[in-house]
Formats: sequence, structure tokens, C-alpha cells
Amino acid sequence: MRTPYPGYDVLAKWDSQSFNEATREVLAARLAEPPPFRFFEAGDAKLLQAVVDRLLPQPDRTEPIPVALWIDRYLFEGQDQGYRDARLPPREQAWRGGLAGIAAEAERRFKTPFAELEPERQDEVLRAVQRGDTAADAWGDLDPKRFFVDDLLTLAAQLYYTHPDAWSEIGFGGPASPRGYVRMGFGERDPWEARSQR
Amino acid sequence: MSPEAPRARDGRAPDVFTPGGWVPMAVFRDEDPVDFAIVGTGAGGATLAAKLAEAGFSVVALDAGPFWRPLEDFASDEFEQQKLYWTEPRITDGEDALALGGNNSGRGVGGSTVHFAMLSLRLRPERFKSRSRLGYAVDWPISYEDIRPYYREAEQAMKVAGPVRYPWGPLREPYPYRPHEVNAAGLVLARGCEALGVKWAPTPLATVSAPRGKSPPCVYRGFCVYGCSTNAKQSALVVWIPRALAARAEIRDMAMVTRIETDRGGLATGVHYVREGQTRFQRAKNVVVAGYAIETPRLLLNSANPQFPNGLANSSGVVGQHLMTHFGMSVWAEFEEEIRWYKGPPSLAVCEHWNYTDEGKDAPGGYAFMSQGPLPMGFAEAVAGGRGLWGMALRDQMAKYNHMAGLTPVGETEPRPDNRVELAEETDAHGLRIPRVVFSYSETDRALQRHAVAFQSQVLEAAGGRDLWTSNDTSHILGTCRMGDDPRTSVVDRDGRSWDIPNLWVCDGSLFPTAGGVNPSLTIQALACRIGDRIAQMSRQGTLSRVRAEA
Repeated sequence: MRTPYPGYDVLAKWDSQSFNEATREVLAARLAEPPPFRFFEAGDAKLLQAVVDRLLPQPDRTEPIPVALWIDRYLFEGQDQGYRDARLPPREQAWRGGLAGIAAEAERRFKTPFAELEPERQDEVLRAVQRGDTAADAWGDLDPKRFFVDDLLTLAAQLYYTHPDAWSEIGFGGPASPRGYVRMGFGERDPWEARSQR
Repeated sequence: MSPEAPRARDGRAPDVFTPGGWVPMAVFRDEDPVDFAIVGTGAGGATLAAKLAEAGFSVVALDAGPFWRPLEDFASDEFEQQKLYWTEPRITDGEDALALGGNNSGRGVGGSTVHFAMLSLRLRPERFKSRSRLGYAVDWPISYEDIRPYYREAEQAMKVAGPVRYPWGPLREPYPYRPHEVNAAGLVLARGCEALGVKWAPTPLATVSAPRGKSPPCVYRGFCVYGCSTNAKQSALVVWIPRALAARAEIRDMAMVTRIETDRGGLATGVHYVREGQTRFQRAKNVVVAGYAIETPRLLLNSANPQFPNGLANSSGVVGQHLMTHFGMSVWAEFEEEIRWYKGPPSLAVCEHWNYTDEGKDAPGGYAFMSQGPLPMGFAEAVAGGRGLWGMALRDQMAKYNHMAGLTPVGETEPRPDNRVELAEETDAHGLRIPRVVFSYSETDRALQRHAVAFQSQVLEAAGGRDLWTSNDTSHILGTCRMGDDPRTSVVDRDGRSWDIPNLWVCDGSLFPTAGGVNPSLTIQALACRIGDRIAQMSRQGTLSRVRAEA
């Protein structure tokens, strides 16, 4: 994809009044090399990586945002909002079960492991899961539609957009403390904001 | 950084206005009964702690979470600031199970006002008499005239910034501080409302538009709902807690209250709590529960004992019932102009037309709606959940970020007994049964939501928006220990005092008999101001101490 804000880099403001020390610490940790997969074993990790590559494809990046590793860390460290829908299994179980369901759907449709399918066929499998058009036995109590949107897609999308490269891509101002903004009307832009080439 | 050890101790508490700074704090001993032990330090608890301490009572206020110093602890980052939410285990259930966590909870001194969106709106006067004046739900035991002076007190305490002439409701005094400049996201609402011939207003907000004490004016950094790192926001942490400390209240952070104790006479004697791994008991002449609408009923239910087998203050059986939320189905649209909604507080413009107009709706109840300014992670959640987009379609939609505008309602749901907080069998790290929150919309709730979605869509289209879509969400939880005039159908009386245990009080959003179509924090603070004055008055009159009436 082509960003409307070529040449804009939120991180160029690192030493400016837009960044305070607390924010620099948080972002330095986020940009560090993430730990290897710990929550998912090798097979599931490979499958998750293949799934995330379709949910948030990054053919334009030489250094992709490590969304799959961040999902693994999020689950491994038990960072979540605490609450659980009574109809869903505990979260760890839901993620393992959901990935098993996607794997089973790939086998059912194409007799091939998901990670080895052509991207178009991978998308076909994911669309089927999103619609709930799946073989029931592989999913058990887990609702495929709910898992796909509420767990998998939402977390992947949220984590992708915590990366400064994603902020730059969409023209978000990024960290803003102690300096905020002055010009707020239609089409108004402070000098420290992204310039659109759209 | 997230302190897990208590900071407020040994005669000092964090100074929220100074990095690394401290202010002196009174210290009370567990074994000496204080006049009031308050559980929770949010909009209800912190406000009441300040009021009671200033009236001369001895007060200990306990909070399960940390005591932040915003200037050094808060990053400009959505993900990091999730640390402000209550994330203890809970179960959400019902046909329309509510999202909990960040939507409607806070963990820390100041409670969820640390991350609230600062909207400071009064309820429409008639809503206090929804049943007798508007023909739906129930009446509050107090009237607008009872609470009006306390709305003013709370608005003054927070120096709410708003217009000189607010366009809805009875004539009122101007807001203490001038209104904030409306950003482009708010001007979209204004343009649409004007095209449709309905009024709009710059939103009355609890972030200062000019210097106030040690708070600098708001710099429009836009991270308001992830904690204000400059202290422009007039949260309970910045407004009421310093007042409470100055009046010799003690604040105990990282102190989880596990149970309220009662004696053989049926009076509360204090609270059991856990701090630094130690189980302790603070003796108190009065106990106030202010843990918000999930933890408050949970604590009362978990405090059941042989004398009160159904939980404390629960002879009516309505503790935990009549849970209400505010529905919040957002409508989003793309615009030709650049909007850049990340600048400024998220809701700088508001429309209360449908709180004050009863004709033209097929459902009772009301709603306000306001402009929006989600940051990337929050907006990605709406795009993923609302549109189900993924792949390049998701990234392409997100690339329109600076051309988007949206509207979100704060809409009433009906108080119904089946919507409730109850105890699950599962227990938490303290061995306490965790809450199960059960919620389903009624047909009336759904009809009002459809109205809100349709009208917000009209506003966005009239403003020039295209490619409209919706995402579903809720906010605020209310009503689970409601106040009333009848001990058979309410938990506490009009002063927040429980019918069953005269020295046990409730002071938070649990009190609301109806939800009202506005954000609740101002009303919670006004109720707390009123309860504080009433307690002082009763103390002067000698009616505060009361033995338990024989059942």
C-alpha cells in the first residue's frame, strides 16, 4: 500500500517536546527485539504467523511489525482485560482451540496445512471461519465467528497499530506530552504533524 | 512504571503535582475506630472523603490500586496505559454481554476519573422523576432541586469549562471556565446539527481552559482517556484527593477490601483488607462502599454472614439488580477535508437534543451524542469489530484515519431486575467469589438505539460524510445498589444510607435508579457532595448514630 504521508516518521520527534521520558521508556521497550514464541509451540506458532500474515499483510516493509510474536507475548504474560464471556472457554483454551479449528478447516477444504496454502486459499479459509462456515467437530464449544473477530482479528489489529511505523503510515501525531497541539480546525496542521500527499 | 508496593504510608502520600514529590498525610491505627472507612476512591469515594474530612470527621479511604503521579507515571501510549483499568477476573454473561475492563472501570486512586473523557453534564431535571413526569422506569428519591446546588459545587470544584449559555435545560449559571475551542471532529457535529436544525454546544469538560492552581491549561494532546500526563484534567486524583489529604484524611493505596464486618447488634464495625500480603482490619464507626457498580454489590454480597445470609444491606434482595449501562453504538464516516481527530479531548462537541425532546421517538428514555477522537489502537478495534475488515482492506481503511469523523451516543437503558451482578462460583487470588455480570437489552433499549444510530447517521450525512458504518460498544455501569424511598425496592435511602444497617452507606454510580442520557461522573460527584453535607447535618442534629431498627 502507499501511505498518504510519505517521509513522515513519528520517531523523528523522539528528542522533541512531543516525547516525555515515560513515553520514551515504553517505546524503547516496544521497539526492542521481542522474545521468541513461548505461549505457542512451534507448529501453532508457524500457523499463527501464517494467519497474521494474511490479516495484516506487510509486503511493503523490510522489517515487518512482529504482530504474531506480540500476540504470543500478550498471551504468555497474561496481559488482558480480565473479563471473560461466560460462553467462551478460558482464553488460553480459546486461542489453542481457534488455531486448531483454522488448521482443520484448511485440511477439510484443501487437504493441505494452512501455512502451505497459496495466499488466496488461505484467505478463503479465513473468510469461511469469519462467516462461521466451518465443520462443527473441530470447533467444539468455540464459536468460530466470535473467535475470529473478537479474539484473533481484534488483538492483531490493535497490536499492529501500537507500532510507531503504523502511526506514521496513517499520519497519526503520535506521542504528545508535554507538547500537544495548537491548530485544530478543518485542514489545519501544526508544523510537527504529518503532511498529506493524498 | 506501575508501583505494586503502596506509596501512601508512613505519614506521607504522593504529591500528584510534583515528580517524586510527597505531601504530609494523617495516619490512623487499624485498632482505633475512625468515623468513616471508605472503600474506593473514585468519583464517589474521593469526593465524599474530602467532604467528610473537611467537615471534621476522621476518614480512612482505601483503594485496591496504585497512587499515581501522572507527571512521571503516564506515557503517551494507548497500550501502556491499559494499566489504569480494573483487570481482575470477571465473567460477563447475558444476551448482550458487556465489555468490562477499560470501558467502565478504573484501578487506582481517583478510580476511573483518571481515564474518563471528562464530560460533565447534568441530567435533565425531569429525569429525576422519570416515572411521574416522563412515564417510564422509576423516580429518584431526590429531585433536581435537591441536587442542583451540588451540581454547582461539583462543577466549581472541577472548574468545568463550558459555554456561557448552555442551550438545553433550565436557565443556569455560566460554567466556571470558558469553553474549549472545538476541533474539526466537533465541528462536523456542529455542521450536521445546524443543517438539521437542532442545537449543539461545546461540551462542558472537566479539563481546565485556563491555569487553575497547579493545573496548567489543557494542551490538546488527545490522550485524555489514557490518563492526563499534564494534570489539566480535573480527575478525582487531582481535585478531591489533595483536598482530602489536606483535611487530614488517610488514603491507603494497594489495599483490597475483602469483607465488611458486622457485630451482633447488626451494625458495621469495620473492613477487612489486604495490603502488602497482610490481612488487616480497620475499625470504623461507619463504612461507605464506593467501589462502583460491580465491586460495590460484590463486596456487599461477599460479606454475607449468618445474620445477613443474603449479603449486607440486602433484605430487599435488590443488591446487584437493575444493572444499567449506557449504549454506545457509534457511527463513522469519511470526509473530504482533513479532520485529525486525535487533537484535543475526544468529545469537544455535544448534542443533547434527544435528552430534552420527547416527540419524534418511539421509545422513552434519552441520549446525548458527542464527537469522537479514537487513537489508532482504539480505532483499529472499532474497524475490526465493526466492519470485520482485515488484510489490505483493513490497512486501507486505517489510512483514512485523518479524514474520519464519528459520533457516539450515551444512551439510557431500562432498570430491569434480570440485569445484574451476582457471585460466580469461581474465586480470585484472595479467595473471594468473582462477579458475574449479566446483561441483555430490552426491546425499548433496542428501539432507542435504532433511533440514535439513524439520527447520528443523518447528522454525519448532513455534514458531508460518506461511506457510513457502525460499531457497537457500551460505557458506564449503574444502578446495582439503588437509592429509593421504599426499603422493599431499594438498597439505600435518599442519603445513601442502607435501610438494613444504619452505619453502612453506598456512594457511587450504584445509587442511580435510572441511567439518564449523560455521562454519570458529574452526577456521582454531586450525589457525594450532597451525602457529605447530609451526614454532617445529621451529625449536628444527633441523628447520625442510630441503632439498628428491629426487623
